[in-house]
Amino acid sequence: MRLQHDMLPLVVSHVSYRVDGKAIIEEVSFAINDPGLTVLLGPNGAGKSSLLKLCHGLLPPSSGSIRWGDADARTARQKQAMVFQRPVLLRRSAAENIDHALKLRGASAAERAGVIEESLAWAGLGDVANMPARKLSGGEQQSLTIARAWALNPEVLLLDEPTANLDPSATRRVENLIRSFAATGRKIIMATHNIAQARRLADEVLFMNHGRLLEHAPAERFMGGPSNPLAARFIAGELVE
Amino acid sequence: MDEFSNASRTALHLLAEMHPDLIEIVLLSLRVSLSAVVLAALLALPLGAFVALKPFPGRRGIVILMNALMSLPPVVVGLVIYLLLSRTGPFGVTGLLFTPAAMIIAQCVLVFPIIAALTRQTVFDLHEEYDEYLRSLGAGTWQKITTLLWDGRARLLTGILAGFGRAIAEVGAVIIVGGNIVHSTRVMTTTIALETSKGDLGMALGLGIILVLIAVVVNTAVVTIGGSASRRTL
Repeated sequence: MRLQHDMLPLVVSHVSYRVDGKAIIEEVSFAINDPGLTVLLGPNGAGKSSLLKLCHGLLPPSSGSIRWGDADARTARQKQAMVFQRPVLLRRSAAENIDHALKLRGASAAERAGVIEESLAWAGLGDVANMPARKLSGGEQQSLTIARAWALNPEVLLLDEPTANLDPSATRRVENLIRSFAATGRKIIMATHNIAQARRLADEVLFMNHGRLLEHAPAERFMGGPSNPLAARFIAGELVE
Repeated sequence: MDEFSNASRTALHLLAEMHPDLIEIVLLSLRVSLSAVVLAALLALPLGAFVALKPFPGRRGIVILMNALMSLPPVVVGLVIYLLLSRTGPFGVTGLLFTPAAMIIAQCVLVFPIIAALTRQTVFDLHEEYDEYLRSLGAGTWQKITTLLWDGRARLLTGILAGFGRAIAEVGAVIIVGGNIVHSTRVMTTTIALETSKGDLGMALGLGIILVLIAVVVNTAVVTIGGSASRRTL
């Protein structure tokens, strides 16, 4: 069953974000209308993570506006979940990590028990439910953060370089979870600097560099030949700064 | 050397027969110090966490003060509480001076900064790590505090036990506000001081042995709890 979205379109209008006068994001505007997987692509320091955090409300824009459908900022945040590059896991068991997130979102004890079991099974973590989360392997830890996000049943999932620190096998595992998540019709926005990963997963691409959005295109068209020269060099494997 | 062996023999004899005076003193010491530590922890844990999480004007000064108060001289604490509780002091009407309650207050004042400063640092460090996750889930201040205190429990328990170590070994403040009254406010440390000055070294050494044993038990607990928590959660 596919979700009925009331969080789309995401409209980002003339958003800038500055820290101590330095522009991290510069006059970025775009709209995302469709579900599926949008990839924020660009080299390190392009501003991908900052843009994700701005969209999630973790950073306040210095100027401009961000709107998720008709939702106010608080409602929008409650309908989203975010997974960070370095898995943020509490010093508790895998199951308790999911339980904690559900509690914060106001789920009752009865609701939580079923959802925890279901989400761990979904992520293939059923047999490590009672293991300390921080003792799991890197791939399992990131899978757990995605399972925790899944348990929250968000309309939008934001992923910040979720496989940046993982080996190929763990990356495959996490990408499979992301595909499974996307198959439910939820909106996914993922930051990555990995062109191959973007090729494997993206439905559309936003290419960024130095805090600016340089191209926004369907993935197929972008990968076939981006119109922006810098993006073309980037996907050709050149070292773009 | 003879004096030491005689004192050791008497001490072991007192310990072996569980002398009622000795037991009374040990139990009162434990009651006073445990009460002080529990009270201090109840106040210091939320306050330390609040200072770690909430920016407010003068927070830096409060942090410096909390750290400085960890080395508060016990006799000064004893003196100040004595002045506050003495008949002519602002809290004289409570009649608490020279009671175990006054000793609990004094030890609480000494232990509070240790637990508060350690809590602040523990919560601050964890918050650096958890901040975005907690904000992403829309956690309120109280939810953040409970999450961070629970996840910092191994370090916090170590701090609380260190506080207990300071309380149980403290003599300067409790002798001033307790008065070292027999069967009323006489605890291990004050008895050791008194019996040593009287030349009754057997009793003093017996209590000294118990104090050292308590220190060993507390330190074993710190190492065990810290190690076990690390294995289970880190």
